[in-house]
Amino acid sequence: MLNSPAYMHIPDGYLSPLTSLILFILVLPFWYRGVRGLRRRINARNVPLIALMAAFSFIIMMFNVPLPGGTTGHAVAGALVAIVLGPDIAVIAISIALIIQAIFFGDGGILQIGANCFNMAVVLPYISYAIYRLIAAGRPITSRRRVVGAAVGGWIGLTVAAFFAAVEFGIQPIFWHAADGAPLYAPYSLSVAIPAMVIPHMLIASVIEGLVAALVVLYLQRANTPVLEMAERPAGAVEAEASGSVSRLRWLWVGLIILVIATPLGLLAPGTAWGEWSSSQLANMGLMFIPHGMAALENLWGAPLAGYDLPALGNTSLGYVLSALVGVALVAIIAWLFTRLFASAQPHEGQKEQ
Amino acid sequence: MTSRAEPALPQPASVRRRNGMVERTLAGISQAMEHALFAEETARRAGLLQALDPRVKVLAMLALLIAVALSRSLAVIAGLYAVTLALAWASAIPLGFFIKRVWLFLPFFTGVIALPALFITPGPPLAQLPLGLAITRAGATTALFLLLRVSTSVSLAALLIFTTPWNDVLKALGVLRVPDAVILIFGMTYRYIYLLLRTANDMFLSRKSRVVGRLSGAEERRMIGASAGVLLGKSLHLSSEVYLAMQSRGYRSHSHTPSVATFVMRRRDWAALFIAALIAAAAIVLGR
Repeated sequence: MLNSPAYMHIPDGYLSPLTSLILFILVLPFWYRGVRGLRRRINARNVPLIALMAAFSFIIMMFNVPLPGGTTGHAVAGALVAIVLGPDIAVIAISIALIIQAIFFGDGGILQIGANCFNMAVVLPYISYAIYRLIAAGRPITSRRRVVGAAVGGWIGLTVAAFFAAVEFGIQPIFWHAADGAPLYAPYSLSVAIPAMVIPHMLIASVIEGLVAALVVLYLQRANTPVLEMAERPAGAVEAEASGSVSRLRWLWVGLIILVIATPLGLLAPGTAWGEWSSSQLANMGLMFIPHGMAALENLWGAPLAGYDLPALGNTSLGYVLSALVGVALVAIIAWLFTRLFASAQPHEGQKEQ
Repeated sequence: MTSRAEPALPQPASVRRRNGMVERTLAGISQAMEHALFAEETARRAGLLQALDPRVKVLAMLALLIAVALSRSLAVIAGLYAVTLALAWASAIPLGFFIKRVWLFLPFFTGVIALPALFITPGPPLAQLPLGLAITRAGATTALFLLLRVSTSVSLAALLIFTTPWNDVLKALGVLRVPDAVILIFGMTYRYIYLLLRTANDMFLSRKSRVVGRLSGAEERRMIGASAGVLLGKSLHLSSEVYLAMQSRGYRSHSHTPSVATFVMRRRDWAALFIAALIAAAAIVLGR
């Protein structure tokens, strides 16, 4: 249990049951899609294939990967599995591995299976795969760009997954408090949770994720190219691909939109939003020293509605909704930029592999 | 972390030094196997939970997990933790091990998250520390909520695994309307996890036995890529062989796999289910 990326495996107790339930429901269409895809593509062979790929995902999570600086860590390997199997099937394989980890090894909570599968088995493989395909852009199977695509895909994929986990953590103190205002679940606000999750992932875990994907792609290019072609030619359906990656992403958008729509529920939450205290409140909390800059800048935002009245609550909660929207928009813009950058640089010339 | 400049001499395993990636991966693999062997062993002991129907245990675990998640009272969650300890004791699970297993694993995630909450959650101060830090009452409550919820939930899951053979756990999932095909896949996955663990173990062990000294980071990374790639190839190859083997034995679809039918509910199972439901309901009501 000490041998997996424990910080991405959300344990029970961090998310309220309602959050867990919503995320579980969000994962269901992806599971359905994966199972349907399996049935259509490889029908009867699916049972042993999926079992072995799930087992492989599980094992690969145990590999200890050294980074150039000397730090080591473990990959989720969602990017790698998505590159080899395609994201639809990767969802199933990684989900099974995560569920076995939760039940058998206590890695990640049992009630959080939905949340963990959403972050690591849905967000991670779909984003990684989309970026891998964008960068690879139909290049030959042995192209260096595929290695780069795997690395960048893994890096961005896990970073975005960490962002989602951070949002899940960050909305907890908005909604759920004990009678005395103490947060009941994860205690940190979005403004703390997002940098605390995303930055370390960008520096370590996501690097490992990209590294593992790139190293294995590099190896497969030398030793086992048919494996790399599997995801791209399911029963020779090449033409489905151009539209396929778009419709795959559509589900992600649906999930995103649901999440964003759910955020305004925070308007109902009583109490000052965590982390958004005025300096007088900070003094009440026992903070001995309030920086001058903080006091000076305090009235920069939202002064008209200061205090404890209802409009002020609406105002602070709105801030959270906005920050969620900004985060989502930022990711979308980065992804779109990638699309523009690599799609225009690479008009399809890739059908002549081999 | 490791200083690469030193002459590369093989280190005896007992010397506490930063081990290479091979050693650490090997350690992780053997830890996982140890865990599985231990769980298998405790599941076969004579004890309270071992004697119960697996379906009851799965349902009871879920009910109690939900109670832990919903409860807004620290005392209630602490009470539920005490219940898990009593159950572990009654089920011949060594208590020291049971407690250690749960709490050693906590600092990794929960400690890191709960600790700052002590200081930065707003509320009346509980204790004043140097450097202007103060533990707030709300902060202490929050940190305790996290620690107790996580440890109780992990303990509940551990109780199920340490008292129930994995195959029975899987079959019992049928009671939650998990389709037979899914249960079959989970069973196969679990079995092949151990096969692949052994394969990976052999790969790393043979590599280690051929290497004198220490691999550089770049060499280790190349080796990871190759090992993972080989393992992937082997898994895919194995999956087609397994499929052929299944087919040659007449496997057509997964509509007639062994299911829940083999379990029989006895009086004590109903009693256990009733008591678990009662505890969960009481915890939810009291913890509101």
